[in-house]
Amino acid sequence: MPQLDPSFFSTQLVWLFLTLVPLYLILRRAVLPRIGEVLEARQRHIDTDLEKATKLRQEAEAVLADYEKALTEARSRAVEAVKEAGLEMTAASARRHEAFGQELAATAQEAEGRITRAKEEALAHVSTVANEVAAAVAAKLIGAEPAADQVENTVKEVMEGRG
Amino acid sequence: MAENGGSGGGHSPLAQFEIKEIVPIEIGGLDLSFTNSSLFMVAAVMLAASFFLLGMRRGALVPGRWQSAVEISYEFVAGLFRDTVGQEGRQYFPVVFTLFMFILIGNLLGMLPYSFTFTSHIIVTFAMAAVVFIGVTILGFAKHGMRFFAFFVPPGAPVAMWPLLIPIEVISYLSRPISLSVRLFANMLAGHTLLKVIAGFIPVLGIVFGVIPLALVVALVGLEILIAFLQAYVFAILTCLYINDALHMH
Repeated sequence: MPQLDPSFFSTQLVWLFLTLVPLYLILRRAVLPRIGEVLEARQRHIDTDLEKATKLRQEAEAVLADYEKALTEARSRAVEAVKEAGLEMTAASARRHEAFGQELAATAQEAEGRITRAKEEALAHVSTVANEVAAAVAAKLIGAEPAADQVENTVKEVMEGRG
Repeated sequence: MAENGGSGGGHSPLAQFEIKEIVPIEIGGLDLSFTNSSLFMVAAVMLAASFFLLGMRRGALVPGRWQSAVEISYEFVAGLFRDTVGQEGRQYFPVVFTLFMFILIGNLLGMLPYSFTFTSHIIVTFAMAAVVFIGVTILGFAKHGMRFFAFFVPPGAPVAMWPLLIPIEVISYLSRPISLSVRLFANMLAGHTLLKVIAGFIPVLGIVFGVIPLALVVALVGLEILIAFLQAYVFAILTCLYINDALHMH
């Protein structure tokens, strides 16, 4: 078996040393730091990206909160404005209603006054007409014109007696 | 030379493990010739170095395929190291990484037909295991001083049992480099020998029945590639466990 021939041990040991040591130095000095550097840079990149994303999300959340606050405020202001407008309208309508009622009442009173006056006038005319009619009727019936004040008294008596 | 392709006949299944001088060198009476074994060691180092150096050349934030392969192999060994040793032994990680890569690429290069598997030589695996063993022992004494001898006393064992348990612990500790090196060497030796033996049946059985050993060789090549990876992994994880033992005792 060639493995057990000691005459080849020295060359194998020396060449093992001459190859393994440079490999170790290359890996240790050049390769491993380089890999570590690249992996670290990648990790750092990922970390900063994550950090940035977190910050942006927080900002977005703040903006959203602001927006919602503004929205709520606007909504409450709108509700208030509607309420105020309603109240104002109610008040205005009540005022106008009242004014119109007063106007109406004044008109009605005036009309009533006019009616009363017309009635009185009419009643006054009624006695004159009655006197004239009574005088004319008496003149036709008796052929002589009765005295004006006699007719007046008589008519007054009759009307009051009826009244 | 591994004649896994099966060009038949006269060679012994062990002929693939023969070391052949390419450039004879002799210094101070020692034979330091550049051999087929040296050639594949140098090839493994150049492959590993170019794989990592060229793969990480751009060091892109979003890695391409090659860089991903480099990062995956790094993460694999780093994860293994983290799980067994932890942060404390961080400075020994390059040793484990180097051993893993050297053994893995050596094993995989050995899977090429007509190539040479330097990890199939006990002297090579034993030298690596000895480095691990000696280094770990020095580390244990440097870290814990004489208290490192307490490592040979199983915790919670009654004192009466010590005369029995301590020799067992010492022997198991001393056999670590042997088991570590023999495991890798034997796996490579057995796998490649088996491949050669079965491949030898192909020309003997001829074109009709030779298909059966051929199919078997194809399946075994797959298995051997798995073992090539697995043995590098086992070597690395045991090295990690030994480092952990030296750092944290029990």
